[in-house]
Amino acid sequence: MKSSVITFPGSNCDRDMDVALKKFGFNNKMVWHDDNELPKSDLVVLPGGFSYGDYLRCGSMASKSRIMQSVINFAKSGGLVMGICNGFQILVETGLVPGVLLRNKYLEFICKNVFVKLDNKENVYFKNLNKDILEFHIAHNEGNYFCTKDQLKEIKDNNQIAIYYCDKEGKIEDQYNPNGSIKNIAGIFNKEKNVLGMMPHPERMIDQSLSGEDGSIFFKNLINNIK
Amino acid sequence: MKVSAIITLKKDVLDPQGKVIQQALDGMGFENISEVRQGKYFEIDVNENDPSKAKAVVEDMCKKLLANLVIENFKIIETQ
Repeated sequence: MKSSVITFPGSNCDRDMDVALKKFGFNNKMVWHDDNELPKSDLVVLPGGFSYGDYLRCGSMASKSRIMQSVINFAKSGGLVMGICNGFQILVETGLVPGVLLRNKYLEFICKNVFVKLDNKENVYFKNLNKDILEFHIAHNEGNYFCTKDQLKEIKDNNQIAIYYCDKEGKIEDQYNPNGSIKNIAGIFNKEKNVLGMMPHPERMIDQSLSGEDGSIFFKNLINNIK
Repeated sequence: MKVSAIITLKKDVLDPQGKVIQQALDGMGFENISEVRQGKYFEIDVNENDPSKAKAVVEDMCKKLLANLVIENFKIIETQ
């Protein structure tokens, strides 16, 4: 299985993602933002970080970079594109997934482990996962998911909500919402479910001695689903 | 020709920074404030002498990059 991780100026989770993808069997290539063409890929990942120093709005400049036109075409033709953290911010700026990510409600940079609940397993990312609640890491300043009422209705009707912030039992309540996201939303699909954007970092949960293994469960399942 | 654009958050979008600024102003004794909303201001020098053409260019920029129309409105406010 071939994957590509796009590196933008200011990306800083690109190498972690490279390590994670290779660990679970992907043949991964790093792709520079200024390249014109994507290598042949089964999965494209937009990694976390601070692309273009978060200037203007997080992800806005990266969404206009040269490689993104190829990524957008790839996504529109059904290719799998996953955006993590800043990658999620880039995805919303391209319009591939609906909504925006605002500054965290309490104006704090949040860096901690959270639990997320999967809402929908009818997609290549979560199909056959034997867990409904995963522990991932978050580290962001702008993760407060927002969309209009009409968009919210649409994403609910189309089962586009991928994951919610919750407690370890899976309770989705205000007190487990770290950043003020509407309805505790931590991740969103596009309508077709081939594009996934989420704030939590599965690539930081691939080693028991460092953090946890829920990222390993996610990546192992993902590569099996793509095969 | 210089064209300016102001980007503001839409009414129903939470602006935590504006809220904190309002609280600080309130603490400083500026008590007659009902709300503060923070926005962005751009001054763009366009190589164009026709004001309506220059404004149209900046409007296009606002739609494509400077503003995110899901949460923000923009206003072209002046030309020089």
